[in-house]
Amino acid sequence: MRETPSTVMALRDTGQSKEILRASGIVGQIERRLFLKQGLSLGALTLLTGCDITDTSAVQSALNDISRWNDRIQALIFNPRRLMPTYPESQAVKDFRYNAYFGRRTPWTLQELYQLPQVSQVTRHVCVEGWSMIGKWTGVPFRTFLQRICADLTAKYVGFECADGYYSSIDMASALHPQTVLTFKISDEILAPRYGYPLKLRIPTKLGFKNPKWITAIFVTNRFPGGFWEDRGYSWFAGV
Amino acid sequence: MTDVVAGQLHRVSKVMVHPLTVRVTHWLNALAMFIMIMSGWRIYNSEPIFPFYFPVELTLGGSYDGSVDIHNEDGLAGALQWHFAGMWLLAINGIVYLAYGIFSGHFRRAFFPVGPAAVLRDTIAALRFRLPHRLGVYNAVQKTLYLGVLAAGMIMVLSGLAIWKPGQFQELTWLFGGFDVARVIHFLGMAAIVAFVVVHIALVIIVPKTLPAMITGRASAHEAHSED
Repeated sequence: MRETPSTVMALRDTGQSKEILRASGIVGQIERRLFLKQGLSLGALTLLTGCDITDTSAVQSALNDISRWNDRIQALIFNPRRLMPTYPESQAVKDFRYNAYFGRRTPWTLQELYQLPQVSQVTRHVCVEGWSMIGKWTGVPFRTFLQRICADLTAKYVGFECADGYYSSIDMASALHPQTVLTFKISDEILAPRYGYPLKLRIPTKLGFKNPKWITAIFVTNRFPGGFWEDRGYSWFAGV
Repeated sequence: MTDVVAGQLHRVSKVMVHPLTVRVTHWLNALAMFIMIMSGWRIYNSEPIFPFYFPVELTLGGSYDGSVDIHNEDGLAGALQWHFAGMWLLAINGIVYLAYGIFSGHFRRAFFPVGPAAVLRDTIAALRFRLPHRLGVYNAVQKTLYLGVLAAGMIMVLSGLAIWKPGQFQELTWLFGGFDVARVIHFLGMAAIVAFVVVHIALVIIVPKTLPAMITGRASAHEAHSED
């Protein structure tokens, strides 16, 4: 199993985030989350046991197989008619434990994002279909942003989730490229809804479909996240 | 080798007209060109640069209707996969062919000398259907066509790299006059190669004995000229 540290920045899901994005007048509240799932690290395990790496992965692979077998056993045990016990309402806690992250809970507002150091770029957007167009984008260098949120810059991938269900991911080297920018503006104007308000990643070293719009979540991971078009047969690296 | 013709014993010597390397790279190149051209037509269709499309039946890249139904896209992904897989076959095969041609002396013997006077003379002869064809010896028209298609192939590889990586190979893209011009050149190079293929296949149909020679490499001595 791979270690999967992930740093997640997400627009707080108020249940109306899509409406907020569509209305394009209201500032979505952005919240920083720091996920640091300490998974069982292959490297650490090797150090601890002194095992050969292939032995470890063989053991791990066997454990995974058994775990999947156990899933089937659990499915057999599951009785669809068996109800879980219920309790009187008085027993329900008021402030339910939030278990999804740990670390400093510093909410990011769009205004705060706007105050980060900004750069502009005039670059060519190259579409996989063959057309290209030169545009001007403005925003915070993605490297600066990742450093600000204390993301693990040694991880392999950065993934993106978008308000329209689109998703994509890039390699860390490209994420840290000086021209990779988390943009707020196009042609010196705040991104119009069709251009990805409130956040669009501009990454001129990659094809257009690697430039997600309407970003609602950014995560750093070692587990390959794929992407909407990438999972449909398009090149994942998609460099230009 | 002996051959009995009309009861009379002839000593018919078969000679090598196309070396093995030339034959193998020829047919691998034919396959690579088939892949590159057909998938290229599908890629072109996703953003045509001229006011026409290629019929989808003539394109390569998986089931078109399936792509539309399952992925809501027009089969571009499959075409790109074919194109960037065929790229390796074309490039590696091309490098083997070029290295062989240069270092074995094949190019020097087969393609040179070729001068304007000879080209003019042979072109006129060809148009009058009076151009003799000896297997393994290229006349000036053939030399020009083969050198031309080699040059076109080179332009295709370079312009292809220029539009594949207009960022990483930006100097190359600049040399081609920018991304959009490089796309047009990539298209025109394809058109030139397709025109060559049409003429090439037409000539094989007119002179059918050339086909087995490109497979076995051998032809009888009286109609051939040994290269080596």
